Amino acid sequence: MREKLLYGLGLAAILYLVRNLYVIFLVLPDEMAQGAIYRVFYFHLPGYFTAALCYLLAGIFSAMYLITRKWKWDSLAAAITEVGLPFAAMNLITGMIWGRIIWGIWWTWDPRLTSALISALIYAGYLMLRQAIPDPTERAKNSAVMAIFAFASVIFTYKSNEWFRTQHPGPVLSIRTGGGTIDPQMEWMLAHNLFALLLLAGLLLAIRWRQEERQREIESLRREALSFS
Amino acid sequence: MIAAAWQIARKDLRQELRSKESLNAALSLTVVLLILFSFAFDPAAEDSKQWSGGLLWLVYSFAGALIVNRSFARELMNDCLEALRASPVPSSALFLGKAVACFLILMGVELTALPAFCIFYDVSLLGAPLMFIATLALTTWAVTVLGTMFSALTVNLHMRELMLPVLVYPMLIPPLVAAIELTRGVITGEPASEIWFRLLIGFDIIFTALAVALAEVVLTD
Repeated sequence: MREKLLYGLGLAAILYLVRNLYVIFLVLPDEMAQGAIYRVFYFHLPGYFTAALCYLLAGIFSAMYLITRKWKWDSLAAAITEVGLPFAAMNLITGMIWGRIIWGIWWTWDPRLTSALISALIYAGYLMLRQAIPDPTERAKNSAVMAIFAFASVIFTYKSNEWFRTQHPGPVLSIRTGGGTIDPQMEWMLAHNLFALLLLAGLLLAIRWRQEERQREIESLRREALSFS
Repeated sequence: MIAAAWQIARKDLRQELRSKESLNAALSLTVVLLILFSFAFDPAAEDSKQWSGGLLWLVYSFAGALIVNRSFARELMNDCLEALRASPVPSSALFLGKAVACFLILMGVELTALPAFCIFYDVSLLGAPLMFIATLALTTWAVTVLGTMFSALTVNLHMRELMLPVLVYPMLIPPLVAAIELTRGVITGEPASEIWFRLLIGFDIIFTALAVALAEVVLTD
């Protein structure tokens, strides 16, 4: 049953993404000032949102583990961090491509760029910490604490845009600006692609979560077997 | 709790002053790095006042990593950490005491190395001494509170000397950037934006609260 659900979810995510790509490249017109390159934005911003949501959920799952001490929360936190990092990479890479065309440089040490990169490094550190601790209980406990610290630093990332002088483009979504800066059709497409990426992230999370749980099962069986021999 | 934390801090300080293991290492590392950096960046260059504050904070953060690394690792010998856990000292006090000890040791190293920095890089910090001291204290606390927390998190790892910097440095970037900007302001005489100061204070408050709240979880099984 669960297997079929995963296949169904996967198929839905692929079809949705293909439909979105069709609209992005063949239906929507070029942007007035930037031309064709603005299209990376359909992956740039949703990628960031998806990664940020993964970071947030990793923090919540980790806190849930510390409160309940149930393994499932630890597996979920590990799985969602791993899923979030590729989306963070999508955000960074599309941003760099856009920067090369519009700014003329691949990278600039703008606070928002810098802090997005730092967040990705911190979560990579989280995964490294997990790998370095052999004992499952200690691994779950210590990495949960790390995830909570990591999320506090992501809040600094998000707020940094308002705190620091920045050359990154300001908010464009009507929810932040009150409307008028983005064409409704383009904003709608942005929402579509965000949902598609979230669907994909959900699918990956389900797969990784199951792998984590099975790995834990195998580890405990191995320990049991060793204790008999 | 304050009294217990102070007892732990005094114990750590006494231990450090007797063995001087991280004190000597950190101090000689800072001097070596200051000399090395003088080859990479010409201290006699005209724009040296723009970047020498940044070098200073890089050097200090390296020294900080050395010092916090030892904070909990020192207790591994003879199972001292187990004894500390079993003692009636609350975990948050144990953590705070260790953080305070690291803070005082690192401050000592920083203040001792400061004249060398001023001489080597022809820098005067007397333009705004109070500002510099405040920056020094706030940033050093940021380094030690996070560093001590991660020292506790990584204490049982074989690779803890490698893991600690990898985990801590990315998180320390916001306070270090603030410190670099503020120090540049002191050195060049054009005061930096007050926002960096607020960032430092906010960072210190948030991460101290988090660390004290989570010390219980980290230090008990």
